[in-house]
Amino acid sequence: MIKIEDLQKSFDGHDVLKGISFEVGKGEVFALVGGSGGGKSVLLKHVAGLMKPDRGSVTVDGMEIATAGQEALQAFRERLGFLFQGGALFDSLSVFENVAFPLKEKSKLSRNVIREKVLMELENVGLSGSEHRYPSQISGGMVKRAALARALVEDPEIMLFDEPTTGLDPVTGQSILNLIDSCHQRLSFTGIIVTHEIPKVFAIVDRVVMLHEGRVRAEGTPVDFSKSRDPVIQAFLSG
Amino acid sequence: MKRISTKVGAKNLSPLHNAGFAAFFPMLIRKLGFLTLEYVRRMGAMGVFFLKTLLYTFIPPLKIYRCLKQIQFIGFQSILLIALTGGFSGMVLGFQGFYSLSRFGSDAFLGPMVGLALIKELGPVIAALMVTGRAGSAIAAEIGIMRISEQIDALELMGLNPYRYLVVPNLIAAMICLPLLTALFDVVGIFGGYLIGGKLLGVGAGTYFGEMAHYVEMKDVLEGIYKSLSFGVIIAWVCCFKGYYSGIYTGFGSEGVSKATTQAVVLSSVLILVWDYFMTSILF
Repeated sequence: MIKIEDLQKSFDGHDVLKGISFEVGKGEVFALVGGSGGGKSVLLKHVAGLMKPDRGSVTVDGMEIATAGQEALQAFRERLGFLFQGGALFDSLSVFENVAFPLKEKSKLSRNVIREKVLMELENVGLSGSEHRYPSQISGGMVKRAALARALVEDPEIMLFDEPTTGLDPVTGQSILNLIDSCHQRLSFTGIIVTHEIPKVFAIVDRVVMLHEGRVRAEGTPVDFSKSRDPVIQAFLSG
Repeated sequence: MKRISTKVGAKNLSPLHNAGFAAFFPMLIRKLGFLTLEYVRRMGAMGVFFLKTLLYTFIPPLKIYRCLKQIQFIGFQSILLIALTGGFSGMVLGFQGFYSLSRFGSDAFLGPMVGLALIKELGPVIAALMVTGRAGSAIAAEIGIMRISEQIDALELMGLNPYRYLVVPNLIAAMICLPLLTALFDVVGIFGGYLIGGKLLGVGAGTYFGEMAHYVEMKDVLEGIYKSLSFGVIIAWVCCFKGYYSGIYTGFGSEGVSKATTQAVVLSSVLILVWDYFMTSILF
């Protein structure tokens, strides 16, 4: 479904991605792991079409994202949900208004239907009762949950998660990962999770790619990674 | 002995000096070339930003609620500031105009002088500078914060056009509000001038307003409206652009937003004064 081929990107002469290639199948949840500053988030933004590669390509169902026209990109984004590292909630809107925003702006659903759908989504992420609070009035974990609810409210086919547990305590981080897993069971989306929370993320993903120094260091199932004798992977697994 | 050692030292240093100069000039040219290209690139980006904004202004759908919200912010919330500055500007003009005109025995022309100065020049310019300081800076900061906190990226990824939500409403609101605020500035200023000229310095109400009605023509009023309209475009364009590209052209984080806000106010103010000169010379 998502195919990344020889992806290269540099900023101010510094090579961040040095030829990344891998594929994500339909309905598969994929973990993209590696050290901080290793280009994981940059890669995710290429998949979403927020950045253009210097070389190589990202194709989704045969459509190249970087060269897609405005309408094709729009259609692709209708199928896409994105959980930003900081949540990227609109800070002048309440939690309810944030989750309702894409539905109000894009769908022709009635107010009552939107209200029901939003309240149900907030209940799914454990935010019932917090719908009238503003992003600045809730904790980091709640911001991530609200952002997840906003990303999922349109039932996306593809979900991209940019460090969903960063900055959260271990218990809240684990609950976010469990939430992603339960949402995947419910919606069967194709997902890419960028994280350095290994081995915790292994429990909810089908396959893992490890980026190291701008290149793919290893690719395989969580079991393959656990058994690997590669010192870089071992260093990551042992924390 | 001293002279000899100096000469020897100079001889030893000269090749190094030559090498330094040889390296300095290409570096200077390279730096100048880089800066020139960078400025041309930014001007191009500003031009493209303006054209895109115009395009999305005329292609529906228009975000009516956002437009009304921005009209309330740029227009309604500026009323007190504009009335206050307009009143005091008119009062100063009343004093200065009376002082200058009475020297030639022409104090009866205080009304036309205050009216023409406010309607043609001071009203549009000062109102625009006030709106830049109050609303323009806030627009740049708000959009800048949305940029660095990835809220603009979130809009794009929802398949929504950020220009329609953030830029077009500001342009429309500024184009509606600036002429109205300028008219308010003019009216309050004219009464401020009358307060000084008429009530304090003894120019009669009939003379003040009668001469004004005689000398101020419709084309003078239109000149003020055209100017304020174009200043509205400048404020919305520059402030939105600076905010929109705050993570790209002005560095990252809160410092980048701070720089973007400062640049937005400075560039808008300078452009307003420069454009005022060109409009005055065209409409003169």
